[in-house]
Amino acid sequence: MQKLLKKISPQTRSDFITYGIVIAAFVIIQLLGAAGLLTSSFSGLLVPICAYVVMAVSLNLTVGILGELSLGHAGFMSIGAFSGVVAAATMEATVASPLLRMIFAMIIGGVIAGGAGFVIGIPVLRLRGDYLAIVTLAFGEIIKNIINCIYIGYDAAGLHFAMAGLGDVQSAEALGLQGGKVIINGPVGAVGVQKLSTFPIGFALVMLTLIVVLNIKRSRTGRAIMAVRDNRIAAESVGISITRYKMTAFIISAALAGMAGVLFAMNYTSLIAGKFNIDTSILVLVFVVLGGMGNIRGSIIATVILYMLPEMLRGFDNLRMLIYAIVLIIVMLFTNSDGAKQFREKMKMKLEAKKKTKETGKGGEAA
Amino acid sequence: MSELVSLPPKARLLERDIGKIPVLETHHLGIEFGGLKAVEEFELIMGRTEIDGLIGPNGAGKTTVFNLLTKVYQPTHGTILLNGKDTTGMDTADINRAGIARTFQNIRLFGNQSVEDNVKIGLHNQMRSGLFSDIFRLPSFWKEEKKAHETAMELLSIFDMQHLADHEAGSLPYGAQRRLEIVRALATSPSLLLLDEPAAGMNPSETAELMENIRKIRDTFQIAILLIEHDMNLVMGICEGIVVLNYGKIIAKGTPAEIQANPVVIEAYLGKKKEGE
Repeated sequence: MQKLLKKISPQTRSDFITYGIVIAAFVIIQLLGAAGLLTSSFSGLLVPICAYVVMAVSLNLTVGILGELSLGHAGFMSIGAFSGVVAAATMEATVASPLLRMIFAMIIGGVIAGGAGFVIGIPVLRLRGDYLAIVTLAFGEIIKNIINCIYIGYDAAGLHFAMAGLGDVQSAEALGLQGGKVIINGPVGAVGVQKLSTFPIGFALVMLTLIVVLNIKRSRTGRAIMAVRDNRIAAESVGISITRYKMTAFIISAALAGMAGVLFAMNYTSLIAGKFNIDTSILVLVFVVLGGMGNIRGSIIATVILYMLPEMLRGFDNLRMLIYAIVLIIVMLFTNSDGAKQFREKMKMKLEAKKKTKETGKGGEAA
Repeated sequence: MSELVSLPPKARLLERDIGKIPVLETHHLGIEFGGLKAVEEFELIMGRTEIDGLIGPNGAGKTTVFNLLTKVYQPTHGTILLNGKDTTGMDTADINRAGIARTFQNIRLFGNQSVEDNVKIGLHNQMRSGLFSDIFRLPSFWKEEKKAHETAMELLSIFDMQHLADHEAGSLPYGAQRRLEIVRALATSPSLLLLDEPAAGMNPSETAELMENIRKIRDTFQIAILLIEHDMNLVMGICEGIVVLNYGKIIAKGTPAEIQANPVVIEAYLGKKKEGE
């Protein structure tokens, strides 16, 4: 067993530790739930946490691995959420199994968000650095405002679509539904959403996201993406097409955010587009930055802690946001200050030295 | 240098390469930056297995020529034929796929990645696994990774660097970084290798070793090599043809012996030293 562990590269081992942590957390929570030890407010947080973990890990693909700052990630979540809601509503009569309906909704949400990633990526990925950040921010807001204008309904004749500003559209009446129901009601948002999300589905999506992002990172595609990040000119000089790999990373990131959106939306009965605004994009970016750029496990841990923290501090009421802000500053200092880095290096070296003496000690015994 | 034969002024092919399409042919190549002619009328024909040198005083436009050949800059004048094929409209990545690989004067490695990964990035276009098999780890992924690992190790062995495979590229000593850049360039399986000051920062014994290795690379891979270098021992020692550039223009071309005896070169390049003697 130990020999086998030694054979695996340290990177692969690190990936398996990440999977292990997620699986262990899932099992523990399921056991606690079965034993009736979870409060209802905590159980209510599980699905959103999964959705935000997926958001953070997928944003890390753009920010950490591709190295482009995106401030519009919530926009893709929004596209996924609303297209997933529509997909699930139209399938209500035809697909009986809720699980299957959820899976289809997620696939559709992911594909549409990925498509949006492609369309937005064409102009956006021509830019770099701050400019790219600003334009993604703008696209995030545009998506929000467009969804605010959309009316979608469903009846026996199929899907009906109307948009405020196109012709004389004032309310959902413009859809001209005969029976049926309104799915997206303009600024009121999605109404009557089916509650299909469950914690196991959320866990499955987190695992899928991890597999996709970690496996990409350690492959030909990932090496090309990171080469583009580290040195554009050198990457081009070895024949790597910059646009192609920037686009690949951006689309995958958007598609995963779309799936997270579906998971998030299907956890509530109604949903407004305003939920996916710049605040949400920044929140996810904070998770990524605090967890460490390019560090997937860090993103997961930062998301879980920082998402739960405000909820757990509800008792402190007024001081809640103050404590939250202080925690952010402390984490930032701990992960990024030179002093803290040196301290960690020292501890690491001490640990390694200990390990070595142990190993040589063992060798002596065997002889 | 008796193997050289006299050819029209533009061409200077080695005898062994005559009859084959030249690896590189430039005609009237030039670039202007807002009226400033950085390089003009650059004419060069290189045989398939030639080692040529590009020399000249600082600021003569040597690196600009490399940037033109690799399309980091789009030329404003002239044409570049690579293996007989016109390269108009190609970008840097296309040029590499078409057969030119290069190193950089100010080393451009992927510093945070391992030595092996740097070479594997060079192998990018030799590998045939797609995004889908990368994500889902299909058998083709493992096959390609294994092949890439073996090829990378083989390439690293040119410079005896296999034992450094797991090291971070940025942590290597200067000379090793230069060698790694050459390995990465070779990984793209080029027909022409451009080396921008490969001996910069190396001590005389390292330089001597590098000379041997450059010859070895040419012989093993049967490729052409064009190098920019200030170390005259290296240039005169391994180059079969030399082009001298000054103020963006070619002022002389010839064998090392011819260049050393050329009064124009001596004036432009080695001038003062000669006067003093």
